[in-house]
Amino acid sequence: MTQDEGDARAQNSAAEDAALLDNVHPPAWHNPQPAGIYDFVILGAGPAGLLAARGAATLGRKVALVERNRLGGNCLNVGCVPSKALISTSRLYARMREAQGLGVPRPEGIRIDAAAGMQRIQRLQARLSRADSAPRLREHGVDVYFGAARFVGPTQVTVAGAVLRFKKALIATGARPMTPAIPGLIQAGYWTNEDVFNLAAVPQRLLVIGGGPLGCELAQAFCRLGAHVIIAQDEPMFLPGEERDAAQILADSLARDGLEIHLNTQVVAVRRDGEHKVVDLVSDDSRTSVVVDEILTGIGRQPNVEQMDLEAARVEYDTTTGIRVNDFLQTTNARIYAAGDVCLAYKFTHMADATARIVLRNALLRGRRKVSALTVPWCTYTDPEIAHVGLYVRAAREQSIPVKTFTILMHDVDRAVTDGDEDGFLKIHVKEGTDEILGATIVARHAGEMINELSLAITAGIGLAELGRVIHAYPTQADAIKMAADAYYRTRLKDAAR
Amino acid sequence: MNGAAESDEALLERFQCAAFDYFLKHCNPETGLIADTSRAGAPASIAVVGFALSCYPVAVERGWMARAEAASRTLATLRFFWGSEQSEAPDATGYRGFYYHFLDMQSGRRVWQSELSLIDSTFLLAGMLTAGVYFSADTRIEGEIRELAAALYQRVDWQWAQGERETLPQGWKPDSGFFHYGWEGYSEASILYILALASPTYPVAPEGYHAWTATYQWENIYDCEYLYAGPLFIHQFSHAWVDFEGIQDKFMREKGSDYFQNSGRAVYVQREFAWRNPHDFKGYGADCWGISANDGPGFKTLTIDNTERRFFGYAARGVPYGPDDGTLAPCAALASLPFAPQIVVSTLRALCERYPHITQESRLPGGFNPTLPGEGPQGWMSEGYFGLDQGAIVLMIENHRSRLIWQLMRRCPYIVDGLRRAGFTGGWLK
Repeated sequence: MTQDEGDARAQNSAAEDAALLDNVHPPAWHNPQPAGIYDFVILGAGPAGLLAARGAATLGRKVALVERNRLGGNCLNVGCVPSKALISTSRLYARMREAQGLGVPRPEGIRIDAAAGMQRIQRLQARLSRADSAPRLREHGVDVYFGAARFVGPTQVTVAGAVLRFKKALIATGARPMTPAIPGLIQAGYWTNEDVFNLAAVPQRLLVIGGGPLGCELAQAFCRLGAHVIIAQDEPMFLPGEERDAAQILADSLARDGLEIHLNTQVVAVRRDGEHKVVDLVSDDSRTSVVVDEILTGIGRQPNVEQMDLEAARVEYDTTTGIRVNDFLQTTNARIYAAGDVCLAYKFTHMADATARIVLRNALLRGRRKVSALTVPWCTYTDPEIAHVGLYVRAAREQSIPVKTFTILMHDVDRAVTDGDEDGFLKIHVKEGTDEILGATIVARHAGEMINELSLAITAGIGLAELGRVIHAYPTQADAIKMAADAYYRTRLKDAAR
Repeated sequence: MNGAAESDEALLERFQCAAFDYFLKHCNPETGLIADTSRAGAPASIAVVGFALSCYPVAVERGWMARAEAASRTLATLRFFWGSEQSEAPDATGYRGFYYHFLDMQSGRRVWQSELSLIDSTFLLAGMLTAGVYFSADTRIEGEIRELAAALYQRVDWQWAQGERETLPQGWKPDSGFFHYGWEGYSEASILYILALASPTYPVAPEGYHAWTATYQWENIYDCEYLYAGPLFIHQFSHAWVDFEGIQDKFMREKGSDYFQNSGRAVYVQREFAWRNPHDFKGYGADCWGISANDGPGFKTLTIDNTERRFFGYAARGVPYGPDDGTLAPCAALASLPFAPQIVVSTLRALCERYPHITQESRLPGGFNPTLPGEGPQGWMSEGYFGLDQGAIVLMIENHRSRLIWQLMRRCPYIVDGLRRAGFTGGWLK
């Protein structure tokens, strides 16, 4: 890149960031003056807070939304949006390298421009933030306050010197990355997902600590963007809790990308050595050291429950599990609810959305919706993606539910074959002797798109036989679901023939 | 040898006898230790010793070895294991009745920083118990064999291994303690649990077995319903000793099947996978299949016929989820004989016809890979032989031919008790 190109890019980046700030935390913003008692005060303007604020305003309630930092929360600023944009860029580089498999000569001289990818992220963030920008929320009737909120009583909260009194409140302050307790890590310096979406360049050697969804997604993305990535996971497989075969296929895929994989490995010490970082790894009784330029931790997230004086509001919490809520998402103060990452084990944007809807219903419309009634899908956006909904086989068996699994290999799905997306499978777990879908796991390049059909089926009580009667567009990768239903149908025919 | 003119029985005898020869050639007669592989400098594998101990009765019955010699070899082995150091020392032979996976062929002490292996100790114990049943004569030597076999089994502290865990761990090392992972999903560990449950000294509770079986996956793959496990050997190793035909635990009662039938279905899925051959590997087909944990060409990526191929070294390959690098395990295919005799015999004949290099001494190698070019149509071929492969071939061919090991182990009270404590009923257990 020439000096001029670099300067132009820096200017563009600054402009994108300014555009984003204008939406998510306008520099010249003036908090409104509170007047009277709010029907609903919301702490935290992530996905849950934004949805609840808009919903409450639509219901004609007097609503205040308080945000300490930027509107949009983790999802827009340091989570799903930037990471999926980065993953899309990295996937394209990977596809270019795989071109020959699709009958295309591999492009020569593939030049990785990570900074261009990062700039795209900022552009997309700025664009997506328009929908829920501070000015738009104000137009919609939401009083938006920027500042740190603190409870001063069971029905009052202060922000930036103003006292907001409320009838009902929602705490949706989200979560932040956990820092592993590794000697020397803080002194040597490390990144979390909050630090990696505005880099000027990809590090040459990167250690990723943690083989959960976040660690695996970013490790694969950075590897595909040209870094030599070492990933250390203290469990025998990636994505603990996920289906073993899914984790195995993921490990295979990561290895194919060129990641250096250390399973069953703990990071026990970090120290600086000039420009580099030396990391000690222990696996059983063997100890090794690796030298890297940067360290990225992705071991999970912890709820943001501090610095709100929750005790003043008589809201109980735990720094690990978050705010204590009942099945209706009420805290120990019946006027105050919680939603999203701050109180849930499932820290997904779609769960923030779903629980905010429950709170709206329960807090403002006298509803009795339960969080335990939700059917929760999730997806890890590696390549292939790994998506799941409902029960795992083990959980079903532990509940003494006999399970049968219908498995379709993606290498038997025509569209997956034509697309060169043959790695993976679809597994649908049904209750033995019935077509009741208990759960499903999909490992496929577009598993996240495919899982929704099965979420719908479980939510609506649609059985596998009924799915078989749904005409699926051919050829699509989701045809795998139809193929599983057909396999189920054949077992019924065999039973009938006996 | 004209394969077509040779009867099935003669063909199987030829391969079985050749496989047994491994244990004569790669044995330390002082200790009874058997080398893991035929490669120079290979250490002893305790699991291979277990297979060897079970193969000696086969050799006696087949007339390949005198009973006195078999008893002598067996006694030397048992005496070594009884007398070897059991301690926390990093180079001891074992601890708490278990043994390290790999031992020095001469000294019998731990090598390669290997783990105190529960499953490999189990195969060793299975061999010892086989000997304890087979050598039933009222002689001093055979009496000592029986006493030592029982003593060695009763010395194993399964309760120490389980600790507070719900299920049994895979291993332990003196410097780092127990592995923090155990058995997950159906595996070769059935016999491990059976022996751990039956111990008269340190038994584990049946809940551990039930917790393990809760991780099983009953799957419909290629229109075949079975208890899934990817590598083929998983469907064989416990079956080398235990006759699972017609007996059922809670899981199999629920499914209306048994583990013997299940291994036959696993053969079908393996064969179907090879027929479909989704990765277009050379050689795969209805009469050329067998994907298992076995030796491979080594970890490397090569472009072959304009396709990028990744190869692995020794790895647990599996069907249908992989990993699959085009490496076939002919020994695992042959060891499936009791579950699908016709398919396996026709596969063996096909191997003899197509790949004379891998069958020329009637002893099958640890793996071959026709996709990776080598000296002949078989492509890459594993160097030498693996004791586990040869042991499984001897025992499974014998179980097909005479059911000898199964019949012996039906008389082993520990096997019977362990099966019952695991909840097995029906069939020969009645």
